[in-house]
Amino acid sequence: MADLSLTGGQGVVDPAWLKLARSQPVGVADKPRRRRKLGPGRPIPYGATLGPVLLLILWSIGSATGYIDDRILSAPWTVATTGWELIQDGRLQENLWTSFQRSFWGLFWGIVAGASLGVIAGLSRIGEYLVDGPIQIKRAIPALALIPLLMLWFGIGEGMKILTIALITFAPIYIQTHDGLRSTDARFIELAETLDLSNGQFLRHVVLPAALPGFLLGLRFGVTYSWLALVVVEQVNATSGLGYMINLARTYGQTEVIILCLAVYAALGLSSDWLVRFITRKALPWRKILAD
Amino acid sequence: MAQDSGRLNQPPVVEVRGLTRRYGARTIIDGVDLDIGRGEFVALLGRSGSGKSTFLRALAGLDHGVPGSGRLGTPDAVSVVFQDARLLPWKRVVDNVTLGLNGQTPRERALHALAEVELTARAQAWPTQLSGGEQQRAALARSLVREPELLLLDEPFGALDALTRLRMQALLLDLCARHRPAVLLVTHDVDEAIHLAQRVLVLDEGRFVVDLDVGLPAEAGARQRRFAEVRGQLLSSLGVTGEELRRVA
Repeated sequence: MADLSLTGGQGVVDPAWLKLARSQPVGVADKPRRRRKLGPGRPIPYGATLGPVLLLILWSIGSATGYIDDRILSAPWTVATTGWELIQDGRLQENLWTSFQRSFWGLFWGIVAGASLGVIAGLSRIGEYLVDGPIQIKRAIPALALIPLLMLWFGIGEGMKILTIALITFAPIYIQTHDGLRSTDARFIELAETLDLSNGQFLRHVVLPAALPGFLLGLRFGVTYSWLALVVVEQVNATSGLGYMINLARTYGQTEVIILCLAVYAALGLSSDWLVRFITRKALPWRKILAD
Repeated sequence: MAQDSGRLNQPPVVEVRGLTRRYGARTIIDGVDLDIGRGEFVALLGRSGSGKSTFLRALAGLDHGVPGSGRLGTPDAVSVVFQDARLLPWKRVVDNVTLGLNGQTPRERALHALAEVELTARAQAWPTQLSGGEQQRAALARSLVREPELLLLDEPFGALDALTRLRMQALLLDLCARHRPAVLLVTHDVDEAIHLAQRVLVLDEGRFVVDLDVGLPAEAGARQRRFAEVRGQLLSSLGVTGEELRRVA
């Protein structure tokens, strides 16, 4: 737009300063003055896949030329054929399903605990005093350090695994929900007062919608953490699941199985993150407008 | 004057006696009295920090925890329009207008109010999709749909560009003529105060130093003279010197 109006202006008006400019060498005067554009440049379609594809190519070349030792890192095609075999005999699906269930239920209870404690601490002072302190202390303790205690209390069964995942995932959900509730714009609180909203209306129309973006951000962290937590619990005394597969493969030196499991973890993490972003877009339609 | 007799016949909508508000050691509002009659349009001028917003917030009942004393009689139905439109971004325009609305057919009433501010076409839009003027029109619709007896306006057009402000001022006059609320407009714009209000107050160091009936005549020449007279008077009470006035205006 700026360029257009500049050239258009030259055609219509002809002030003295413009004549001055024309008396200079033609090449300089006629050249439209366009600033160099700062910034990272134009987006390329599917550009985000460029990096991973490059890595895959390097890996293939390395394996094919023998530059990468098969005992250190299996070739991509070995991983693919092993994956196919594991799917054929059903072991991959079986372990994946077990892992998925653990992750799902752990995350489920993490969401329930994180969201409800976040609401309690966010809406009442007393609630905050009672709930926030212990949670901050719990957050300061590394989750891994809790596992021995949890094993003593709950054994090494499914309950302990789900509890550990829930304990790890609830923290970010709690923090973001609490923060979202607490940072409700004071201007909107004032508005609610002038509109004589009841407590219920204030909660429903102002506070909870204001906290929703925070909760969803917490959920995004929680989902990622649920896969991380899975790795932790499954490499401790598990007899099924992806983590168990990795442990077993390490014992037998099967790098292709380890790589395969890592690829499955990556796929799970990426797709669940995409799912949460999808939910966020659907749940916050008024935000999408801003992004557009 | 016509307004004065009207004020005597009916009890005032707003009755303030000896209102005092303090922030720490500073007295912001220093024992002021004010009556606003039914349907009266009052503008409140003052320099920055003169306490005009504090006064409006006291009338709106928004000054929790600000120490002070005095009697404050305000009606039940009070609406406030702020400088920012303050629309909830997660609610469509029409749902912002119906927010907290009691009684029958809130939606129809909201749509009617939006029609009054010529925003029917944007009823289903998100607030972020509206221009500044449109947002402020939606805020006006939200305040008027409650049929307030007292409408408090806190520099409502301060953030708008000059053209939009002009159109909003005309719209506000129309709406007030139709709904007849008592209005207190807080502004720093002297011309806006004279154009819109029947009565202009100037607040300085916590007290009303000017209480003036504008009374613009209908005839163009006389109107212009009266406007200039009132304007000069108000500006000098706000601390603008004659020298400054001559150089700029």
